[in-house]
Amino acid sequence: MEGEWRAAIDRPTLEYRAHVMQTMRTFLSSRGVLEVDVPALGRHAVTDPHIDSIATGDFSSEGFLQSSPEFYMKRLLASGSGDIFSLGKAFRAGETGPRHNVEFTLLEWYRVDWDEHQLMAELADLVTHLWPEVGSLTLSYGEAFEQHVQINPHTASLTQLRLAAVAQGAERWHDASRANCLDVLFNLCVEPLLPRGLVFLYDYPACQAGLSQLYQNREGQQVSRRFEVYLNNLELANGYFELTDAVEQRRRFDDDLAARIASDKPPVAQDERLLQALEAGLPSCAGVALGVDRLIMQLLEIPTIDLTMPFNWARR
Amino acid sequence: MANYSTNEFRSGLKVMFEKEPCSILENEFVKPGKGQAFSRVKLRNLKTGRVLEKTFKSGESLEAADVMDTDMQYLYNDGDFWYFMEPQTFEQHQADEKAVGEASQWLREQDVCVVTLYNGAPLSVTPPNHVDLEILETDPGLRGDTATGGTKPAILSTGAVIKVPLFLEQNEVVRVDTRTGEYLGRAKD
Repeated sequence: MEGEWRAAIDRPTLEYRAHVMQTMRTFLSSRGVLEVDVPALGRHAVTDPHIDSIATGDFSSEGFLQSSPEFYMKRLLASGSGDIFSLGKAFRAGETGPRHNVEFTLLEWYRVDWDEHQLMAELADLVTHLWPEVGSLTLSYGEAFEQHVQINPHTASLTQLRLAAVAQGAERWHDASRANCLDVLFNLCVEPLLPRGLVFLYDYPACQAGLSQLYQNREGQQVSRRFEVYLNNLELANGYFELTDAVEQRRRFDDDLAARIASDKPPVAQDERLLQALEAGLPSCAGVALGVDRLIMQLLEIPTIDLTMPFNWARR
Repeated sequence: MANYSTNEFRSGLKVMFEKEPCSILENEFVKPGKGQAFSRVKLRNLKTGRVLEKTFKSGESLEAADVMDTDMQYLYNDGDFWYFMEPQTFEQHQADEKAVGEASQWLREQDVCVVTLYNGAPLSVTPPNHVDLEILETDPGLRGDTATGGTKPAILSTGAVIKVPLFLEQNEVVRVDTRTGEYLGRAKD
């Protein structure tokens, strides 16, 4: 089509994009967080059964475009880097839509000896630099879920969750996993009703721990020290009080691989160097990854992600 | 029939859902950062017209529905069925009251309609957006009253009852929007 060589965004949007990235760099650098650039083309793909990495090249340039800089950053932390951030590209195969672009810009940072609540506060500070009037609300995942679904996500039986999902129009969810039921209920019943501004949800269900540590909350429920950040109802960032135990990390890799096999996905090799780094000692830390394009979407009230970047997936 | 996977769901695609032919209206890709992707889909049941909102896991599939929209000429009604003809093949199809439904009040012989065939049989009939129909019965026209914007009921040749401006007379031909039942003006010719 005519004009498709052109950038999809105008000069003011380009300037705003540059301003956002500059603000991030200045904000974190001034707080003593060191910028690092790690490989975008790595040796391994992530094991996460819901993320498909893009494989590249033949034997001479074999690898995977990284779906996040997490593993390299953890190897840096274990190497003694101290607090670090990365502002760069990440890639996830098959993810295109109004809120997804296969290649996207991710800000990820780690704070040594911090917990997830300190990191949430820092993220709120960063967003406030870009949007001074933004409101902020912090509550546990369980509170948010119970308020809108009237079910306790940590103690409900799997049958109860499946029935609730099916009642919400989720087709063929009668055999869905606990995590899938929670995801669909959250998306249909909770996400649209979150207040505008920043919403921090912490203490995620144990079955959705990702690479965060588990603990018992005050109600005696086993939950994960994972948090999610929403900005005007859009998922913006995901963070952990990071798992540092190599044995537990290996178990989660094994669980991921079993889940991949169960859903006919190609198996992926575990990143042995990450495991070695954890064995050598990853310092206690909290880390978070924030979608930069999505942040720009919300700050400029742009309806779809493809209009936040100069050359989106369709126009590349 | 073929199967369509969620990533092939597009607006207008005809699929079978709960043994009923449906048309996909919208398909939204949803993918939590940590979690399985799914599709939030809006479907219209082509038999009942009802719109459903369903969520499918990414990669699930639905069977294609043997549904085809075909332009056909309306021929006549024998009291039980409405008869339509494909202009190229002269093949005739009979549609029952369920398939014709609301469209019956806009059908004028010779007009070309869209007949939706499901497994070869008429499932629904969509009349042209605009039809020209004669007024069979209405109160006498108020000559010159083109300004007050008042309306009166009029019975058209097909039996449809619409509201027309006060100045119109019996036997005049009017143009009607079949989607809203609104009077658009006097027919041009």
